[in-house]
Amino acid sequence: MNPSIVNLAYLVASILFILGLKGLAHPKTAVRANIIGAFGMLLAIVATLVDRNVLGSGTQAYILIFAAILVGSAAGAVLALKIQMTAMPQMVALLNGFGGGASVLVAGAALVDVHTAPTAQFLIATAACGIIGAVTFWGSLVAFDKLQEFLLPGKPIHFPGQQPLNLALGLACVAISVWIVTGADTSRITAYWIVVVLASILGILLTIPIGGADMPVAIALLNSYSGLAGAATGFVLDNEVLIVTGSLVGASGIILSQIMCKAMNRSLANVLLGHIGPAAGGPTADVVYGGRIKAASAEEVAMLLDGASRVVIVPGYGMAVSQAQHAVRDLMQLLESKGTEVEFAIHPVAGRMPGHMNVLLAEADIPYDKLKAMDEINSSFQQTDVAIVIGANDVVNPLARTDPTSPIAGMPILDVDKARTVVVIKRSLSPGFAGIPNPLFAADNTLMYFADGKKAVMDLIAAMKEV
Amino acid sequence: MEAFVAALTVFVLAIFIGFEVINKVPPLLHTPLMSGSNAISGITIIGAMLSVATPSPYSTALGFIAIVFATINVVGGFLVTHRMLHMFKKKD
Repeated sequence: MNPSIVNLAYLVASILFILGLKGLAHPKTAVRANIIGAFGMLLAIVATLVDRNVLGSGTQAYILIFAAILVGSAAGAVLALKIQMTAMPQMVALLNGFGGGASVLVAGAALVDVHTAPTAQFLIATAACGIIGAVTFWGSLVAFDKLQEFLLPGKPIHFPGQQPLNLALGLACVAISVWIVTGADTSRITAYWIVVVLASILGILLTIPIGGADMPVAIALLNSYSGLAGAATGFVLDNEVLIVTGSLVGASGIILSQIMCKAMNRSLANVLLGHIGPAAGGPTADVVYGGRIKAASAEEVAMLLDGASRVVIVPGYGMAVSQAQHAVRDLMQLLESKGTEVEFAIHPVAGRMPGHMNVLLAEADIPYDKLKAMDEINSSFQQTDVAIVIGANDVVNPLARTDPTSPIAGMPILDVDKARTVVVIKRSLSPGFAGIPNPLFAADNTLMYFADGKKAVMDLIAAMKEV
Repeated sequence: MEAFVAALTVFVLAIFIGFEVINKVPPLLHTPLMSGSNAISGITIIGAMLSVATPSPYSTALGFIAIVFATINVVGGFLVTHRMLHMFKKKD
């Protein structure tokens, strides 16, 4: 096939990808937009199948291509259909990783195939692909593992000399890249794989200090890296559709990381390098809570909700852990049947990835117009009779507003303390990711309802039916 | 150098389009955005296909694995995004 026609097909595919992302601006257009994007991908793949380089290489290449597509499709379909919505951060982490891995391999193959004297663009892009791709691949696998709590714990891992070691690895990658670009043809392939190995170690080391509530930033950033690796592959192959798509994904990941950082009032560097923890001299749990905690039973909370005209439910990672989203939906329906207005307040960093809570609540058939972002709902807490916090902690800690020395100082929070009554469903008084006590739990208008999230909501529903 | 500047132009403009388009995606859909963008970043598959279609068995092997990885992104990404987006419903 004429290369111009193939390239025109790639142009159409790029446009379809952009339209696909554009349609995600609204849930109503999003399903169709995703299909448009998928169609763009199909077009690009078909165009490549009739590319003259592929056509000229004979049946064996086609057999291999189709075999690989079959294997990948089967694995992808099983993953996509079996994965639980609570495990979506793990899924996205894996996809980020595969994107980075594919870029490393394609650039490695291109380095073997290059016959004429390669251009500087080709060599620099290849080295960049190896570094970014390997960091993405291994960083994502570590992120997956930490989310799954399979080998590594979810909490941050720090060791002495971590930063200098990362810096040294980064510099070594750059130095060997210079060798790839300027060195002899024969040593390039070896040099490339050395860079890949070093960048792999770097990817692991960069991700292990990130844990728990900082995961949304790491996932968004790795998403961005996988896009940039794809764009670098585009520079290697001189292929515009790869460049365009990689840039779109790169931009998306950067925007999401920025949103997440802003929602924690921390810089990207602070999330990646620093670690959050209780500030020296901050109030201890005993001082904050001593004698002021009011525990409530399901029956007491049920009585309280019986007379409420507006209830706001604030979900956090704890809701995902206890799989309480369906029980929460039942609670919402019961309240609505009694004429109570119910809305959900979603903090940007609630959960383990951007938008995590929205997906879980949507899965439980909660209409999306009830899911309110922080800025939308914060002003309405004053007119709220009961705010129910389920499995969230730091994102509702009023210290963020009042204590400038707190590790979460300045972080925008959900102003649940302004509601008439706050019910906190939580197993214990244990601190959240920031490791600090939460004065909300000891506030005059707060009732602590100590139980596992799912059981608590189910008991509450049972109690309400008896009131 | 000329080819590089052309490619760089595409790169920079695409980033700007990306910023414009992605900024309009509401927080409600940030998870589908991530899985969907992973799906389209599976476009690396076309590079991988070209690697398979080369005489060197070494790059054919690398290309083969790369196709598997990229296809997982494409199929897994679009499917899981579809599954998620279907769950977002307005009140009756």
